[in-house]
Amino acid sequence: MDVDGSLWFDYYLPLIWALLIGTAIVLYVVLDGFDLGVGILFPWTRHEADRDQMMNSVAPFWDGNETWLILGGGGLWVAFPKAYAVIMPAVYLPVMFMLLALVFRGVAFEFRFVSKPNHHWWDIAFAAGSTVAAFFQGVILGAVVYGVTVANGQFAGGPFDWLHPFALMCGFGLVAGYGLLGAGWLMMRVEGPLYGKARQWAVPLLGALIVFIVAVSIWTPLAIPGIAERWFTTPEIYWLWPVPLLTALFAWTAIRGVYAGRGLQTFASSVALFLLCFAGLAISVFPYLVPPTITIWEAAAAPESQLFLLLGAAPMVPIILMYTGFVYWTFRGKLKPGEGYH
Amino acid sequence: MDFDPVILARIQFAFTVSFHIIFPSFTIGLAAWIATLEGMWLWTKNDRYHLLARFWTKVFAVSFAMGVVSGIVLSYQFGTNWSRYSEVVGNVVGPLIGYEVLTAFFLEATFLGLMLFGWNRVPPWLHFVACLAVAIGTTMSAFWILSANSWMQFPAGHEVRDGIAYPVDWLQIIFNPTFPTRFGHMLTGAYITTAFVIFATGARWWLAGKAVDQAETAVRMSLGLLVVLVPLQGFLGDASGLSTLQHQPVKVAAMEAHWGGEGETEGPMPWVLFAWPNEAEERNDYQITIPFVGSLILTHTLDGTIKGLKDFPEEDRPPVVIPFFSFRVMIGLWGVMLLTVVYGAVQWRRGRLFAEGRYLRFVAMTWPIGFVAVLAGWFTTEVGRQPWVATGILRTVDAISPVAAGAVLTTLVLFVLVYGIVFSAGIYYINRLLAKGPQAARGDVDDGATALRPLSAAHDAGRKAIQAGE
Ligand code: HDD
Ligand code: HEM
Ligand code: HEM
Repeated sequence: MDVDGSLWFDYYLPLIWALLIGTAIVLYVVLDGFDLGVGILFPWTRHEADRDQMMNSVAPFWDGNETWLILGGGGLWVAFPKAYAVIMPAVYLPVMFMLLALVFRGVAFEFRFVSKPNHHWWDIAFAAGSTVAAFFQGVILGAVVYGVTVANGQFAGGPFDWLHPFALMCGFGLVAGYGLLGAGWLMMRVEGPLYGKARQWAVPLLGALIVFIVAVSIWTPLAIPGIAERWFTTPEIYWLWPVPLLTALFAWTAIRGVYAGRGLQTFASSVALFLLCFAGLAISVFPYLVPPTITIWEAAAAPESQLFLLLGAAPMVPIILMYTGFVYWTFRGKLKPGEGYH
Repeated sequence: MDFDPVILARIQFAFTVSFHIIFPSFTIGLAAWIATLEGMWLWTKNDRYHLLARFWTKVFAVSFAMGVVSGIVLSYQFGTNWSRYSEVVGNVVGPLIGYEVLTAFFLEATFLGLMLFGWNRVPPWLHFVACLAVAIGTTMSAFWILSANSWMQFPAGHEVRDGIAYPVDWLQIIFNPTFPTRFGHMLTGAYITTAFVIFATGARWWLAGKAVDQAETAVRMSLGLLVVLVPLQGFLGDASGLSTLQHQPVKVAAMEAHWGGEGETEGPMPWVLFAWPNEAEERNDYQITIPFVGSLILTHTLDGTIKGLKDFPEEDRPPVVIPFFSFRVMIGLWGVMLLTVVYGAVQWRRGRLFAEGRYLRFVAMTWPIGFVAVLAGWFTTEVGRQPWVATGILRTVDAISPVAAGAVLTTLVLFVLVYGIVFSAGIYYINRLLAKGPQAARGDVDDGATALRPLSAAHDAGRKAIQAGE
């Protein structure tokens, strides 16, 4: 592509936006990942005190975390309307199921507290909502990576196109992964018996995540020719080999972290694993936004629209990160037992 | 059975967005009210304001959660249900929503954590700053979304190439001609809605003899605000109407069920008080009119007239029944509000605000009035925009996603079920919080103090008499 003059914008703006949306999605997965994870782990303990602590450890953050999901979806619309208009109808049902699940778990934070002591149903809403939302997020990801039927720039498939084993596996994988993030978070944030439980929960979850990563790494190149080509031909293979190696390394540090009971190490290693999975996926599908038909350049919004929002995003995203950091810092340290709601 | 996917998608959007707007119309005002209370607490060091702020924060938390989750659903529905809309106007409307996320949603969602859980973690001034940030966030949110909506009502600052809208002048897009009045009218509507909830709740506590001092503060503060805002809303609404007449004349014709056409285009226009608009025969049945008032309201003269529905091609006319009635519901409720607050203000001037149980009992029932007026207003605006999604650019029937009708129907049913459960539970819990009153947070500090003041002791006896049934 010619990279001169006015074409400079046409070429680089979509790249910058792809990077920004990628960042938003990664931040979402890591941040909402741990609070959804805490919800996924909810049924694993029956103790009221444990559950109170679990919820209190994420209650101040969940809303801010979920906003990255709005930025991810909204950003996709602003920067790549043609991709947004194809992907959303293609994964219509999983998106709707995810949203409905998020409704239940979102209100459960407040409802569980105000309905005490009759909050049994909101415990279920919180746990089931978190799990279902995580599952369908994985399904959406899997379905998009696997490919979407497009004709004349519009989605041209059926309502159940997303329902295939690969997408379902991604769903289960993400539930395990979020669960692990949640366990790592709890190991960092709580003391006492719950800390010990979180450590125990992390073991099977980490195992499941590793199995899932291996499975995706084998499955995608076998099923999708473009991905095999990307990873196993020269010259790409020369600079791509660190990805699996780093993955193995962080799987190892995560295992060490769990066994040594180090919360921060477990959490950080799990985050690193997520980042690597994400990088792997990005490498696999780039430059397609709707594999295997629409690239980021074909889907891009008018450059003047991309530029206009970029001018706002450039100062706003750092400011948002700063005040988000400030709020996390305010609630730093171990949650004191009995440190209550409101 | 065959369903029309457009109708289903419209019902689904109307249902979810109507559900959503209920919460912003309350939380925009409540956030500002809580910030005000906390500011007054910091300023005067009077604990009464602190207790009120803490109490309303609980109610706020429950409503805000419902507003957030229903809003997230909406933001995704643009893609899932209206994918052609996303593509055709995405270049223009998309960035406005993008700015809403960046400048409003993050601000309110992040500082919400501090506001709800930070009472013991940060000094009071910082907590006040968090409340302010949330209040500013909700207002910014209204700013951007109304800018987007107003642009859809009357697009400006853009050009259409190959059927796709492209931005030309961002200032014209953001501050499009119908935006200023709409923003003012909606924001005032939100404050009125909140003020009526607080007014009604104060009256309810006072009648029940709960937290009487705080109840009186709440009643006085909200009534004082309403005395200004309700008349103001009449002016803003009038300005809105004139702006709509200029930019979307066919909408006004529908709101007024004014058919016009042959022989009716001249001379003074009556105002239709009641009628059943008959769209098939292009006239009104059972019509009751007031002469001259139509001209007076719409043209501010005694004999001016406006274009009627028949002056527009049939395929460009909105449905008439819904805008006509919802507009009248909004105006009617405004009348009820005006009478209520003017009467209250007069009694207050005469020092008899808390002397009449009947008035306070009526006030205690008025809490839903703002919500209904806001919904009626939005139904007028949105249905009146039909058959366009973005006036002149994209018709609603062309805006839809290529999604099977069955899928839309399934999710519509799920939305009704889920929102039904969540909403009933939410209303139940909020009502329970309100019934408990602020002293549930910490013993009723102020009731002890009341007895120490000689004047209020007499006043207290009066209140007991009123409670007992006058
Ligand atoms: C920025 C966009 C936006 C905003 C702020 C609103 N709407 Fe809207 N509305 C739409 C964007 C939209 C839409 C996507 O454009 C719809 C879907 C179908 C249509 O024609 O317009 C719509 C339709 C629509 C309908 C159905 C009209 C019909 O199909 O006959 C109703 C009743 C409402 N809306 C009500 C509301 C309410 C209660 C709102 C208060 C928040 C609101 N709208 C704000
Ligand atoms: C139909 C278009 C609309 C969409 C797509 C939309 C989208 C959203 C989203 C995604 C949220 C969640 C933000 C968060 O996590 O904090 C939200 C909340 C909110 N929205 Fe909307 N919204 C719409 C209409 C409106 C209108 C018309 C207003 C105001 C006039 C409004 C005001 C608010 C406010 C104040 C909140 C904060 C939550 C609350 O107060 O309950 N929204 N909206
Ligand atoms: C005399 C009183 C009033 C008049 C003349 C009036 C007039 C109007 C008009 C003409 C519109 C349609 C604007 C358009 O579609 O372009 C409108 C919409 C609306 N009204 Fe009113 N109104 C009045 C009172 C109220 C009250 C008391 C409330 C709520 C507390 C309210 C809330 C709304 C809302 C939320 C909308 C939709 C947003 C908008 O388009 O501005 N109105 N009003």
